[in-house]
Amino acid sequence: MELKTTVYQKESKSNITKLIKESIKDIFVSRFLAQQLAIRDIKAQYRQSYFGVVWAFITPLTTALVWVILSKSGTISVTDTGVPYPVYVFSGTLLWSIITESINAPMMNTNAARGILSKINFPKEALIVSGIYKLLLSSLMKIALLLFFLLAYGVDFSFSILLFPLVFLSIVFFGTTIGLFITPVGMLYNDVGKIISMGLGFLMYATPVVYGIPKVGIMKTVMEINPLTPLILTSRDLLVGQNSEYSIYYMGIMLLCIPLFFLGLVFYRISIPIIVERMSA
Amino acid sequence: MKKMKDNEILVKVEHLSKKFCKDLKTSLWYGIKDLCNNLLGNKKQRFLRPDEFWAVKDINFELRRGECLGLIGHNGAGKSTLLKILNGLINPDEGKVTIKGRVGALIELGAGFNPILSGRENIYNNGAVLGFTKSEINSKIEEIIDFAEIREFIDMPVQNYSSGMKVRLGFAVAAQMKPDVLIIDEVLAVGDLGFVLKCFKTIDTILPETAIIFVSHSMPMVSRICNQIILMEHGKTEFQGGDIGKAIDLYYTRFAQSESNAVFDDGSLTLEKAEIFNAIYEKNIPQLRWGENLVLYFKLKVKVPADSLEFSIIINDKEQRSVAVLQRNDESLNLNPHNTIIEFKVTHQNLQFSKGIYSLSLGIRKKATKIPVLRINDIITFQVVHPEEIWEPFLLKSKFEMINNNYKSKIV
Repeated sequence: MELKTTVYQKESKSNITKLIKESIKDIFVSRFLAQQLAIRDIKAQYRQSYFGVVWAFITPLTTALVWVILSKSGTISVTDTGVPYPVYVFSGTLLWSIITESINAPMMNTNAARGILSKINFPKEALIVSGIYKLLLSSLMKIALLLFFLLAYGVDFSFSILLFPLVFLSIVFFGTTIGLFITPVGMLYNDVGKIISMGLGFLMYATPVVYGIPKVGIMKTVMEINPLTPLILTSRDLLVGQNSEYSIYYMGIMLLCIPLFFLGLVFYRISIPIIVERMSA
Repeated sequence: MKKMKDNEILVKVEHLSKKFCKDLKTSLWYGIKDLCNNLLGNKKQRFLRPDEFWAVKDINFELRRGECLGLIGHNGAGKSTLLKILNGLINPDEGKVTIKGRVGALIELGAGFNPILSGRENIYNNGAVLGFTKSEINSKIEEIIDFAEIREFIDMPVQNYSSGMKVRLGFAVAAQMKPDVLIIDEVLAVGDLGFVLKCFKTIDTILPETAIIFVSHSMPMVSRICNQIILMEHGKTEFQGGDIGKAIDLYYTRFAQSESNAVFDDGSLTLEKAEIFNAIYEKNIPQLRWGENLVLYFKLKVKVPADSLEFSIIINDKEQRSVAVLQRNDESLNLNPHNTIIEFKVTHQNLQFSKGIYSLSLGIRKKATKIPVLRINDIITFQVVHPEEIWEPFLLKSKFEMINNNYKSKIV
């Protein structure tokens, strides 16, 4: 039996393809760990809470409610969205919360694991994967609620809804990719997390979440360029069975995400030792 | 399977160095720079930037299967940093570590525990972090619960466990690892004596198959299991080698207090002089050979006249445990209450302390009322010289004789 040899030194001798391979191998090796971490966090979360799953969608629901009331009372007027406005807003805020959660998940999970990161050597990729598991669970609840809304408002389902799971997964994939790049810097400076949450708060209004893209003006250009626009629009259009004008842009973003995701994985992987060094007691 | 060579080198450390930063803000900024440099391959030689220092500098060693390396040194000497590099948690700034086989680390027991969840659930969490598969844990869970001796509370949330129970459970899981290289930081200190002994039994059984790196401040433990020592100071190797006794002596001399400290003083007496009459001085430490007489001389100045006093001379070992007390003075030491100086000599014949460093404390109280007058710790530090290294405090003279009797193979 040949023993595995590990070398630790300052230079990262391995090239990027080798690092990607190692990273994928570790994801595979640590699948039980990822699953176990996800089960641990979910169990602990629900065991210490009465309302449990309600918290997953209470924020997007209240945001949506505010906009529905504003619009119904005539305080603001929104352009025609093609579907009943409550459906538009609810689907928008729920999908938006999935995006923001998936962007934040890598950093949140890595931060929560600070204690073991500085003590035990384990495949760090498991933190990302367990984050995705948790995300999938909470998102599935949101989607179930969303489907219920669609039924309640009598929106006709079309076959395009069968493509929705794929688009949903791609949203999580997109968010995780961005999260991977933010995490190393965010682990060093708390500012990053604050900037991200504030930035996303603003960005929501530059994305067709609670209102559609205006016909003219600077906002039109901004919203059309915003890479989150095609994500929200494509997924919503699939749900309500409308034709999506943004599918090309959407495909482009997803194709770009694939190499970026692996790059992010490598960046995350080689950054962890530096973060551990700076944060450990 | 047993074909593995006994002498294969499992851990090889060459010129290992690591620097740390003293200032947090600067440290974080360097962290960002390092992140960027890291992407570019990071080939350049590293020098100290402002505010940085070498936490570990130029460490070299090799460790084979069945060997145990003890890492000793005072707090902040760089031991834990070295362990973190060996465990792959942080990367070195210079040098290289080559490790063969599976590495197990007992740096923190019970990593990944969630306080809300039960002990049983946390066995799975901790096991997963340590790299076990689900089926491995399933097959070992009963053994783990028995080893930890907490079957009664295994379904209780871990937040209600005592720290000792958490350590038990953590060690029980970790003990299931079959590592080739085992890294142990001072983690066993929390458990009670029974558990610590159990841990050492486990370590003893895996030692022949494993290369162990052991960090501890408990020299008896170190001398018990290690066959190589690195004494670290300020990140550098101060001593390295197989002479455990010498290393431990060196470790203790780092702590040898040259200054005596008065713990209690009612102002009526001052100690003018205290010395060992018959000692040879080497490096300012009086030395006595084992079996020699210990002859002490004391001179005290009396400020407030008192009648009879009682003198206790206590001998402490290097870990500040008091190991012996000399018989107190009887009536033969007559003190004249009008003297302003008290001078006396105490002899203990044939000193049988084992090799090592000892210190003397002096306690004086009034004979009749037992009211303390003066207590000074560490008035004299001395060294006992003997070729044999043992960690028990006494090496008592003994004589073995064969008894010839009619029973054939009875060994006496």
